This record gives sequence, structure tokens and C-alpha cells, in this order.
Amino acid sequence: MSTDFNHIGTDEWVAQEEARLREAEAAGRLSFRLRRAWDRIDPRLRLLAGLALAALVPLVVHNDYHLRVAGFTGLFISLSLGLNVVAGFAGLLDLGYVAFYGIGAYGYAMLASPHFDQHWPFWLVLPLVALVSALFGLLLGSPSLRLRGDYLAIVTLGFGQIAGILFLNLDRVKLPFLHLEKPLNITGGPNGIIKIDDITILGYAFDNVTRYYYLILVFTGLILIAIYHLDRSRIGRAWRAVREDELAAQAMGVDIRRLKLLAFSVGAGVAGATGVIFAAWQGAVFPPNFDVTILIILYSMVVLGGVGTIWGAVSGGLILSILPELLRNPEMARFIFYGTLILGGLLVFRHRKLRGLALLSGVILWGLAIKALLTWLRPEWLTQPEIPPSVARSFYAPLVKALNWWMVHPQNSQTVGNAAFVLALGLLLVAYRFKARFGYILWVPALYALTFVWETRLVQEPSITRMLIFGALLVLMMNYRPQGLFGQRRVQRQ
Amino acid sequence: MPLLETRNLTKHFGGLMAVFELDLEIEAGEIVSLIGPNGAGKTTVFNLITGLYLPDGGDILLEGRSLMGLQPHQITALGVARTFQTLRIFTNMTVLENVMVAQHCRTKAGMWPAIFRLPGFRREEERIRQKAIERLSFFGTRLVGYRFDQLAYSLSYANRRRLEVARAMATDPKLLLLDEPTAGMNPHETREMTGLIGRLRDEMGYTILCIEHDMKVVQGISDRVVALDYGQKIAEGTHDQVADNERVIEAYLGRKAKGGADAPG
Repeated sequence: MSTDFNHIGTDEWVAQEEARLREAEAAGRLSFRLRRAWDRIDPRLRLLAGLALAALVPLVVHNDYHLRVAGFTGLFISLSLGLNVVAGFAGLLDLGYVAFYGIGAYGYAMLASPHFDQHWPFWLVLPLVALVSALFGLLLGSPSLRLRGDYLAIVTLGFGQIAGILFLNLDRVKLPFLHLEKPLNITGGPNGIIKIDDITILGYAFDNVTRYYYLILVFTGLILIAIYHLDRSRIGRAWRAVREDELAAQAMGVDIRRLKLLAFSVGAGVAGATGVIFAAWQGAVFPPNFDVTILIILYSMVVLGGVGTIWGAVSGGLILSILPELLRNPEMARFIFYGTLILGGLLVFRHRKLRGLALLSGVILWGLAIKALLTWLRPEWLTQPEIPPSVARSFYAPLVKALNWWMVHPQNSQTVGNAAFVLALGLLLVAYRFKARFGYILWVPALYALTFVWETRLVQEPSITRMLIFGALLVLMMNYRPQGLFGQRRVQRQ
Repeated sequence: MPLLETRNLTKHFGGLMAVFELDLEIEAGEIVSLIGPNGAGKTTVFNLITGLYLPDGGDILLEGRSLMGLQPHQITALGVARTFQTLRIFTNMTVLENVMVAQHCRTKAGMWPAIFRLPGFRREEERIRQKAIERLSFFGTRLVGYRFDQLAYSLSYANRRRLEVARAMATDPKLLLLDEPTAGMNPHETREMTGLIGRLRDEMGYTILCIEHDMKVVQGISDRVVALDYGQKIAEGTHDQVADNERVIEAYLGRKAKGGADAPG
């Protein structure tokens, strides 16, 4: 290494690294070259291809219900993208985000329905309501500029809750200085606002699910491109700098107040615009449409997909919209449940395959043993459930038949199922606590009890199941890939 | 008119007087070193100049214009850039992005030109990129080429220090405040950085105020040296004058017990 400082940076290895990389690429494997080619395709072209594929959906799916699910997926993706701007790009924990969705929806509802007898055209309402929503975003952002982390979360949560309460209660507004004959009904209260106009663009009326699906597709695509452009710009870089280190960003000339306000506004504007489309599509808006549950689902989507990445928001939205629908069908739900168990097992035991196999065989044998024991000693406790003919013909038939044969089915499934749930949790806790010693053995009865609970209680109750699967998915994900599907491992300031 | 002037600059944190009636003058084109034991208030002076702290008394003038009450990003836009003693690079952004962000105050494309990719926006982005590459090339081949798209946390310590200087350079400053640029570097890297600081003044025309502990570096770069202790200026002059000053020696080494004490460094 030269000691003469006139030769700055003449590290030989550095100088040759470029050449080495190019060589490696040229000699590379097919998969490597394919990947590079894929990466070279402009992401916007990739988006176009994705949109083209999505446009084919109504041709394949004829069930109106499924089309509605597809439409909602689009709406949620759009919302996730907006949330990603606030919470992902700028790193601001905004827990009141769903309020802007509501403001957009109620805005359109008030301007295009019999409620106030206003019927403003779509091309005017959309930008106007989006702007109003963005202004509300400013309203939330301004007092929150100095808050970080938890405190910002609480304040924004408060904003969201207040908005919800206002939606619910602004139907009996008394303004003493305006002598009205009866109180003002602004938001329709618990009854919401109904009979909202359909969107018409240039005379073309959007009045059925398919048309709305295409509208949502185009809308989401536009939002996606806009946010992609924002991300890869001076503003996007400044946002990321603010997220990384506010102080250093300030020292480098970034006006953090302005950028935080911009992030709040853009996120709120996107949510507001999405709300407009939602209101027109559903034809009515009610306060529960914009409560904390939706916020949690949105955050789950963003976190699962990867905070701060666009494709993360999209994939998170896709997965968490489609999955619950898949879980409505008990057989499909079973498929997913066992699939997840196996996937989870593969993840956990990827370095100890033998142990994983031993556990699997242990559970199977244990199940057989229990079944044999009970059939021999107390057959009157058990029943054998019927398999409906529709299922018997379907794709899932072999799985269902095998499970029915292997599992015991008690007469009063409710009480036994509940007891088994408690037992399963207890066993899992003990197994974890004594991990180092006999804990591993306890996993066998624990997993069996878990499967038992699933088969007897959960499969038939999709509403509980859905939330449990969400939770389990998130827990698994956060343990093994905390940055989300498309996220980048973030390094704390060292 | 001096480029930077502080008059009676005072800052206290509760009962602790961090900086007391500091008078400092820096002419354009100078390299001034600020020395003193740890806790003397040197970084506090930097924080005051760059607007991170509000002075409790006195004034700070950049080319005759008062900096009191201005936001840090406004002060940066006026031409004062700094590096941090404890390295505050944007660890999860790429090397190139780190330097590109620093040009935020020198560029103006807003949200709408960005979304619609207007030609003005595209031109500006290209200019930003070229400038960033230029600044990074100042350091030879260490931070160029494949390094552009590497995330900043993958850089070695010395490279991070260089990145931070490159980032400060990208704000097109008149005055560059370097806070212990050679901390933690080995002798070879220290020599390299010493040469770099000279080049920063000669080639790029920056005025430099540098906090340093290593007296060889101070000797190598400084036109003038200012010594602080307990927030007050105790000596000012060339390196040789300050190094022999009794109060400075006492500040670094304590009061003479018996016999002679060595000059610091």
C-alpha cells in the first residue's frame, strides 16, 4: 500500500473490482443472468404488465362476489401505498390514517347524493376532496412535527378516533347563532349516507362491479406510478433522509418540517381520493367503514409486505385481501392451515431437518395412538363426520378424507374443543419454557392438541379463524423476516 | 469583512456554562483549527453556528448577516456545512444517495414536477447525480464505481468519514466545519486526510474551521489555531504560538508539578 498520500484511493483491489464484477456476470449462471435481465426492465413496464394481467381478471372470474373482492383488493392496495408514504418513506407513525379515507368518502357522499341534494360531477369532486383531505393531513401534521415515535402514534391515533366519533355523531348539530328549525345533519350519524351517485365520466356511467373494477385498476395504477416517481426523486430522498436521521438531514439543508407536512398531506390525499371511489362504489358510507379495524389491516398489509417499499405495499395488500376470502371455504382453509404449518416447520427446522421429521412422525403416530385408544376404550365419545358430496368430488377430497380418518371427533365438539384449546396453549407454554430440556417432547402433544382445536372448532368459524391466521402469519413473519416480504433489513445508526 | 464572526457568543445549559463570551473571526480562504480538551465546548460552538442550539447571548455573523434564530437548514442554504464528531451518515441509503440528498437546499424540483417527470425535473436530477459523482471522485477511487449503489452501512470507518465530508461538500458551502475529521484513523489515513483538507481549501475554495485533537494534523493544515478551555478562548495564533502557550499546556496536561512539561502533541 502506498504511503505517499498523492496516490489517494489507489487501492489495487478497489481498482480491479469493477472488472472482476463484469467478468463474473459474463460467466454467470442462467438464473443469475435472467435475474439481471429482469432487474433491467423498467419497473414501470413491469407494472404495466401486472396491470394487463389484472385486467384479465373479470374475463376469468364471473362471480360478482369475487369481483367485489378484487375491487376491494385494489382499494386496499391504493390505501397501503398512501400509508407507505407516511409511515414507510418518511417514517412517521400515523395511526389516524384511516380518518382521511373516511373524509374522502364522506366528502364525496355529501357532494353527490340526495343527502344535501348535491350532485357534483366526479371530475370536480375527486381533486377537490383529495385536496381537502390533504389539508386535513396538514392539520394533523402541524402540531405533531416535534413528536417522535410513541408520542406521534398517540396523537395521530387520537385524531383518527376523533374523526370516527365525528362521523358517528355529526347528525344533530346545533348551531346557536344560526337559528335553524331543526339541528343540522351533516354525516348521517349511525345511519350514514346512502344512495350515493355512481361515478360518470364523460357520460359513461359506472354502475356495475366490472366497470368499477376497471376504474379501480386504472386508479391504483396511476397512484402507483405517481408514488414510484415521488420515491425516486429529490423529495423521496429527502423523506428517507428524514427517516434515517432528522438531525443530520437538517444539517444537510433539508427542511424537515416541510417534508413531514408533505408526507402527511400526500398520504392523506391518496387516502381521500381512494375514499371517493369507495363511496361511489359501495353507494353508501357508514362510520364502521372507517374504524380502527381497517387501520390495523392496513398496517398489517404494509408491515407484512415490507415497510417503505412500493412492492411491499402491493403484495401485502394482495395477500391480506385474498387470504381471508380463501379462508371462507373450510376445505381451502384447511389446506392453507396445514400448508402454513408445514411451511412454518420447514422454516423452523431448516437447519435441523432430522428433528423436524422426527416431530412430524411423532405427531402422526401420537394421533393414531390416541384414536386407537379412544376407539377401544370409549367409542361412544366419538363420531365420524360425514363428508358432503360436493367436497368429496373436489380437489381437497384426499386431504379431507385422510384428516377425518386420522383425527378423533368428539360428540360435543364445542366443550372438548375449548378445553383442548386451553390445553394446547398450556402445553406450548411449558414446551417453550423448558425448551432446553424436555420441551421438544412436549411439542408432539402440543401440535396434536392444536390441530385438534382447529379441526373441531376453528374450521367451521371463519370469522375467528381469519383473525387467528392473520396473527399467526404476522408472528411467523416478524420472527423470521422482520423486514417484511420485500423490505430491506434496516441497520440502526451505529 | 470576515466570513464568519462570533461576538460574545454565550451558551449555558442550566448551570453549566458551555461557551462563554467567545469572539471568533474567520477570514475567507483560511483554515482555522479549534483545539482544546474534551468538554471545552468546541462541538457546542459548531452546534451554535449551524443553528442546532440557540445562543443565550452574543451573535453569529456570516458575511455580516446574523444567523440568530435561523433554522439549521436555512443556515446550510446560506453556505455553512458540517461533519459530525460521531458520524451521522444515512446508513440505510446508498452512498450516492447520501451525497445527492445534501443538494436538497440547492435544488428546487417540487412534488408535481417529480410526479409528472417534467423535463426540468429530469435535467435537475441528472445535474444532481453528476455533482454527487464529482464530489465522491474527490476521494479517488474509494467511493466510486460499484460503491455508488452500496448501502452506506457497508462502508468501512474511514470511508464513512470520507462520505460525510463528501456529503458536506455537496451542499456547496462557503464555510466547512469539520468536527474531528481524523478521529479513529490510523497514521496513514490521517496523513491522507490532512492532505485532503488542504486540497479542500486549494481546489474547492472552502474556508475551513476544524476541530482537531491530533497536533500533527493541526500543525499540517492550520493558518491559525484557537484554543478553548471551559468554554472560553484561552489562546489564539499560529500553531507554534499556541503550542507554547502556558495556559494551553495547562489545559491539556494540568498544572506543572515539577520541572518542565512537554508541548502538547
